[in-house]
Amino acid sequence: MAPEPPLLTMSGITKSFPGVRALDGVDLEVLAGEVHCLLGQNGAGKSTLIKVLAGAHQPDGGAITWRGEPVQLSSPITAMRLGIATIYQELDLVEGLSVAENVFLGHEPTSAGFVVRTREARTGAAALLKRLGHPEIDPACPVGSLSAAHQQIVSMARALSHDVRLIVMDEPSAALDPDEVDNLFRIVDGLTADGVAVVYISHRLEEIRRIGDRVTVLKDGRAVAGGLPAKSTPTRDIVAMMTGRTVEYVFPERPAPGGRATAAPVLRVEGLCRKGEFEPVDLELRPGEIVGLAGLVGSGRSEILETVYGARKPAAGRVLVDGTPLRPGSVRAAVAAGIGLAPEERKAQALLLTESVTRNVSVSSLSRFARAGWLDRGAERDAARAATRELSLRPDNPDAVVRTLSGGNQQKAVLARWLLRGCRVLLLDEPTRGVDIGARAELYAVIRRLADEGLAVLLVSSEVPEVLGLADRVLVLREGRVVHTADARELDEHRVLDLVMEGSPTS
Amino acid sequence: MTQPAPSAQHHGPEQGTVTGPAAAPPSKQGGGLRALGLRADVRNLSLLGVLAVLVAVGGLTEPDAFLDTGNLQLILTQSSVIGVVTVGVTLVIIGGGIDLSVGAMVALASVWATTLATQDFGFAGILFTAVVVGLAAGLVNGVLIAYGRLVPFIATLAMLASARGLALQITDGKTQIVTVRSVLDLGLPDAYVLGIPPLVLVFAAVTVAGWLILNRTTFGRRTVAIGGNAEAARLAGIDVRRQRLYLYLLSGLCCGIAAFMLVILSGSGQNTNGNLYELDAIAAAIIGGTLLSGGRGTIVGSVLGVLIFTTITNIFALNNLQSDVQQIAKGAIIVAAVLVQHRTLRGGET
Repeated sequence: MAPEPPLLTMSGITKSFPGVRALDGVDLEVLAGEVHCLLGQNGAGKSTLIKVLAGAHQPDGGAITWRGEPVQLSSPITAMRLGIATIYQELDLVEGLSVAENVFLGHEPTSAGFVVRTREARTGAAALLKRLGHPEIDPACPVGSLSAAHQQIVSMARALSHDVRLIVMDEPSAALDPDEVDNLFRIVDGLTADGVAVVYISHRLEEIRRIGDRVTVLKDGRAVAGGLPAKSTPTRDIVAMMTGRTVEYVFPERPAPGGRATAAPVLRVEGLCRKGEFEPVDLELRPGEIVGLAGLVGSGRSEILETVYGARKPAAGRVLVDGTPLRPGSVRAAVAAGIGLAPEERKAQALLLTESVTRNVSVSSLSRFARAGWLDRGAERDAARAATRELSLRPDNPDAVVRTLSGGNQQKAVLARWLLRGCRVLLLDEPTRGVDIGARAELYAVIRRLADEGLAVLLVSSEVPEVLGLADRVLVLREGRVVHTADARELDEHRVLDLVMEGSPTS
Repeated sequence: MTQPAPSAQHHGPEQGTVTGPAAAPPSKQGGGLRALGLRADVRNLSLLGVLAVLVAVGGLTEPDAFLDTGNLQLILTQSSVIGVVTVGVTLVIIGGGIDLSVGAMVALASVWATTLATQDFGFAGILFTAVVVGLAAGLVNGVLIAYGRLVPFIATLAMLASARGLALQITDGKTQIVTVRSVLDLGLPDAYVLGIPPLVLVFAAVTVAGWLILNRTTFGRRTVAIGGNAEAARLAGIDVRRQRLYLYLLSGLCCGIAAFMLVILSGSGQNTNGNLYELDAIAAAIIGGTLLSGGRGTIVGSVLGVLIFTTITNIFALNNLQSDVQQIAKGAIIVAAVLVQHRTLRGGET
């Protein structure tokens, strides 16, 4: 008997956008019932490829074969009818509609062709949610009130509500806690056992090791390696293929504490708390010091950062810069006192995406370049350029539109904004989120260098190695409470994870 | 973002060399911004092209009447009042808001400025009252929106209703004839400067001021920032609320100026003044390439939008086509402009 043909074969797929060749002849072969991982740095073409697969983009060239038959994925509906479902990173749910309505959106069970049979939809949705291991989600509940993890489950239920043979998951674990990731993997296992193929995109190599069968690595719009064994290919090889380099996480060396330990703290947080988010927290930040906050999603890390910054109003407690208390709940007071925030959602919370690098960098320091409101655009541009050059932002072009920059360089634009502002306390929320592995090391070096130059840095990251590798001191958070404070060198990943999960040091 | 070219001849294939005022000295890597800046230029050039075609059509269908100096002066004068309003509305929209109350504010300012009591104070009294009433109405809008957290659509819709009501109450539905000679004289040909009516000069001045504010000041930069991404602007330390307040104040100020111009033009104040100005102004801004969701737009585009509208109206009137046909044509133009805008935008996303 001849071996079963691959479920999906894409060969020589090309796709160009104005000025960019996003896909330059990509081959991808997916077998029924396998977990096929797609790896690649940002801009390698992963997103474009899955959009082609979802029928959202039309390729300029190449051929797609589905279960042995050549097909054209001319629209998302075509792809869906064939049994290809895509779960995007930014979930495409309608927040105002209920779980059941979202699951069956576009193919609601109806009477007489238009009356929605609500009860049937809810029963169907409940069955799908149960299959996904989340029977506790109420099908009648509006999606907007669910957590990100649950919304993702709803998105998957929607995929399964079609007769699906291939599910594409774009960084499904990005917004999930470890136990939710475990559940996700159980779901993936269940799907593949039923013969459904999964195309899995993730930045996290350890996840690919755990659930992947085969790996395709994309780089610069080409598949540099296809169908590698996911479990046995050495990490070094994979990283090398993705980056063209053999670097992994490289943290800059910590300078000796020296005078830093005795310097007066620039930032002091006293008893700061917000009901339901985090309990009273105290911390001190000295110039030149990087303090890390480690904890799970929902442990209050980001909330603490945003409250220090004044973007959230504290229920009690205060924030002092150089001993002077700030007006609570005022971003402008914090900025005026020399605090800067690089928020977690860079695109939504920090950047003016359609504007130039210069305008993004100068936006917090405009009055410095103005006399009576009149801008000296030459001075603005020069200063912004000096700041971006200091951070080696690429391309070295002050007029580049920020949207076209890579994640790492977008982050540098945000950092340059605060550098230009002359800020003394930098709050970093997930600074390497969406930044590809190759660019991370550079960003770490930048952050350390800024600290060495006297900046005080408060760092939040869900990647424990990042906190441990970069910070001098670490505060471990669990459910809104600081459960442990220690020198970063005294901790290891295992210990931190124990603290994060159990709340008390175990041995 | 080019200045209006003195002649409509220059919308040829010179696009490659045109850069917006924000653009850099040519740099090899500047594809991104230059693409965007260029797109705005191309759009304004194409608007200029549309205007040129209209002038040609007018010249061909009614060669004597259309190209007559008096008629061209009329077109410009008619553009002036709505044009001043449009500059204010454009800034509001770029800042992520909307102002539906402009027509009503013009009406209120024009009738308040022409009551017998106000006219006792002569020229200065009329001008002062018109501007102050416009500013006051803009202040109410701004406070409600920025600090009362009302949705701009609702707040300015409410202002539309109440300002019209107040204007009716003041006039009791009667036309208030202006008797102050110095005001009326400004509308007469004797006051023309080198053949240009004073109202057109005011329009030009407001346009230049609007352009400078948008492109050369911190105020303009902050306006684009809050319109493009209000949350990012807030977290960057910008006082988003105060900026919003100022924008509605500015729109009110423009309405006050426009009201004074209308008083000069009509020699009277009426509660029906400025009828549907809000629609014309918003439509002109959109045709000019201003993004209704905020964050992007040009003053030049809006002004060209106004000129296109007025010219069409004029040509239709000269050709004895009734206003129903004009309205239909306007609607079609709005749809066409937005379709083109969508296409341009989609071309920009990768």
